[in-house]
Amino acid sequence: MPQFYGTELRSRLLLGTARYPSPASLAEAVRRSGTDIVTVSLRRETAGGRSGGAFFELVRELGVRVLPNTAGCHSVSEAVLTAKMAREVFSTDWIKLEVIGHHDTLQPDVFGLVEAARILTGEGFEVFPYTTDDLVVAERLLEAGCKVLMPWCAPIGSAMGPQNLQGLRAMRAEFPDVPLIVDAGIGRPSHAATVMELGYDAVLLNTAVAGAADPAAMAEAFAKAIEAGHMAFHAGLLEPRDMAVPSTPVIGKAVFS
Amino acid sequence: MKLTINGEEHELPAATLAEALALLEYEDDWLATAVNGELVHRADRANHHLRDRDRIEVLSPMQGG
Repeated sequence: MPQFYGTELRSRLLLGTARYPSPASLAEAVRRSGTDIVTVSLRRETAGGRSGGAFFELVRELGVRVLPNTAGCHSVSEAVLTAKMAREVFSTDWIKLEVIGHHDTLQPDVFGLVEAARILTGEGFEVFPYTTDDLVVAERLLEAGCKVLMPWCAPIGSAMGPQNLQGLRAMRAEFPDVPLIVDAGIGRPSHAATVMELGYDAVLLNTAVAGAADPAAMAEAFAKAIEAGHMAFHAGLLEPRDMAVPSTPVIGKAVFS
Repeated sequence: MKLTINGEEHELPAATLAEALALLEYEDDWLATAVNGELVHRADRANHHLRDRDRIEVLSPMQGG
């Protein structure tokens, strides 16, 4: 099973906790997915508010590890401060680092991302950077101290599925020993299976499960697709070819005329 | 003293961050706080003296992806 910063996981599915129809549906989806990592966030609490505490209690009861994010941060300073505040609340050094660079696509600001990653790893954080499939940026993130990379496959929440398979394939080939998680843009179990067939270690997704008519069933469907894709990669996939190849032996074929 | 807490203006008789949180009835177990863009640890809130027009952020766990 994959290891992230020395922690071995039971599941190759990381599940976001946003946008479920109800807390109960979130809990059921988490249980049925088999995941042991859920992503969480931080937002302003209202005076006298109890919403954050209620949500945190729910997550605690699920018995899973939390991966706090810096979602919505558009600058290095915002992301760094949010990460520190997340560590205060969730008592973990893990941080899913987002530094958003573009309003419409939510594409990472990769320059800010590398800078923030360097600051945070220097302060003892174990950084999961949400990045693009750019190999040079990936190299810089590793130099900055990241030991996991999380390339997107399509814009967050778009459900478009992998837009650049060659880019993801190249990243897998370039960093054979780095745990790689595809984050963002997965819409269907077949998308998840496809990226796992490339040899990725895990998939992080949220909206495709939370927005399904039956989130719990979809969570299980994703878990199965991810395992299938992983198993297929290690089983050795056939390369496509241009011409037909008979699968039934030709030798011994009857001659009727 | 005038304070901006989570973007809203407040006039509070609070000398420390802990007092300000108590006056506004924030429950303390899961909150993270920052003053003027700097993290203030839970253990330091009672000793963190506020100044007029400080900007305070009070965050708590929320659903995320």
